Amino acid sequence: MQKLSLRDRIKEARVSATDSFRGGKLMSSIFRPGSPFRKGYVDSPRNRSYVVMNNVLYHLHPVKVKRHGVRLSYTLCLGGLSFFLFIVLTITGIWLMFYFRPTELAYVDIQALQTDIAFGSLVRNMHRWGAHLMVLVVFLHMSRVFYHGAYKAPREFNWVIGVILLLLTLLLSFTGYLLPWDQLAIWAVTVGGNMAGYTPVIGAQAKFGLFAGLEATTATLLRFYVLHVLFLPFIIVIFMAVHFWRVRKDGGISGPL
Amino acid sequence: MVDIPEHLLKRAAQARAKALGISVEKALAEMKGQEDPTIVSKEPEVIAFEEVPTPAAETPAPVTETPVPVTETPAPAAETISPVKEEHAAETTEKVAAVKIEQKPPAAKAPAPAKVDTPDEVDFAPEVKVTQRLLTVVKAKPIQKPVSEPVDKVNTWPHLMLPEFVSLMAMTAFLILLSAILQAPLLEEANPNVTPNPAKAPWYFLGLQELLSYWDPQIAGVMIPLVLGVVVWMAFPYIDRNPETHPSKRKFAIMFYTFFLAGAGVLTIIGVLFRGPGWNWTYPWIDGIWFDDLLDWIHFE
Ligand code: HEM
Repeated sequence: MQKLSLRDRIKEARVSATDSFRGGKLMSSIFRPGSPFRKGYVDSPRNRSYVVMNNVLYHLHPVKVKRHGVRLSYTLCLGGLSFFLFIVLTITGIWLMFYFRPTELAYVDIQALQTDIAFGSLVRNMHRWGAHLMVLVVFLHMSRVFYHGAYKAPREFNWVIGVILLLLTLLLSFTGYLLPWDQLAIWAVTVGGNMAGYTPVIGAQAKFGLFAGLEATTATLLRFYVLHVLFLPFIIVIFMAVHFWRVRKDGGISGPL
Repeated sequence: MVDIPEHLLKRAAQARAKALGISVEKALAEMKGQEDPTIVSKEPEVIAFEEVPTPAAETPAPVTETPVPVTETPAPAAETISPVKEEHAAETTEKVAAVKIEQKPPAAKAPAPAKVDTPDEVDFAPEVKVTQRLLTVVKAKPIQKPVSEPVDKVNTWPHLMLPEFVSLMAMTAFLILLSAILQAPLLEEANPNVTPNPAKAPWYFLGLQELLSYWDPQIAGVMIPLVLGVVVWMAFPYIDRNPETHPSKRKFAIMFYTFFLAGAGVLTIIGVLFRGPGWNWTYPWIDGIWFDDLLDWIHFE
């Protein structure tokens, strides 16, 4: 037998160690058959199906999709990016919650976040610009759906859900706007709340319900906070789940034109 | 008679060529009546099987008269091929109903001459003993009717998930970059006693705020058209009953939405850039911009 160099022997040991780890009980209990993280994964049509089918991703994606639907120019990935921005906002938002109290201290907390806390400024910026971006991207997604006529049968109801998602996105953004508790926040929300006050007949009640009083106070802050971090995300996730489910049940992506 | 597709004709010719031990081209030519049919003295073995209780008769007689050598393998003495089985095999592999010409029942032969009425018809030379011939082409029909047409599909992994992953990464990079260079605004602490002038809503409501500034909101009852607008927008797929999706066949809808987009865009831009104190018209390049959302960006220059 040929004598192996030290380097080759190390390489061989490494390969056999990774193989026995990837093929071991632990890894195969975590990853289901066909996973690229398991030992012996090869790129074959069957494994390509397994990557999706034997995976939690199967809740989101079918194994196969229409060829024209994967062209970036068809959806521009706008729906996917709306969803992804929502996830980024959830992650950064939870992080911000560690440093934020929805009371008179809110403003001080934001100041501290910007100056005292590592990455505080960056994460706050990401959350804020991400929120603006999400409104924009959801709007563009709606426009793309409209221009493709993708709301037509059998997708009418998914459009209805989509409009609800748009409203929820706007509400999430609007309730978040108040939280820094600075002049920009309180007066923007006052302007918005006053608009609600112009509703005929129930205007005063609508405004009172929104503000938890006659004007924007810390009671409003608490109300908006609870809506922003708990209630609205909870509702929007449910509607998103229905939205994605309907995309699949309505026969996948619409088109081609 | 049905027009026999070329590939089936070829298969039949191959079968014939094999049975008679001639070349495929010749068999084809014979079937088309361009050449004299090959005469084989030997009885086709299937017939022998059907007729015979005496297997001894089956042993192949040496072929002498044939101009081309017959390479047929002799059937084993204990013949097990049942006619049903053979027919079945022919049907599944060829999708062609094969009918054996037998000598005993003349009725089986009868339809053959009747069919020689069109000149372009395939001539099977019925006077020759053949094992099989093409009687008709049976179109393959599934038992269940497929409801939908097959669609051109690709695997989600990697053809969809990879582009998704890339756009996700691009978006993350863009957002981090943006957040690193653009500071989110934080003005003085909220003070209900000091009203900024102008007080602007978030940008996605500024078009609306601009629109509302044209009427006295108390009188115009703006919320009714607004709520109605949202309801109509939700019901839009039920209102637009035109089933076409191609832009050229839904010009009105396209125009409608484009006007809506343009209007919303113009109103928002006016609200963001051209409105100053007292909601008066201002020019951003003369009077400056009153839009605190991009405070840092404005002071940047
Ligand atoms: C939070 C907001 C939203 C998220 C996360 C979201 C997500 C998605 C995703 C991932 C798809 C798959 C196709 C694609 O990426 O384009 C989709 C399709 C669709 N969305 Fe949305 N969407 C949102 C808002 C909306 C809105 C506002 C509307 C319309 C008013 C809408 C209507 C539709 C329709 C009709 C489809 C099917 C399109 C097709 O089959 O081509 N969605 N959505």
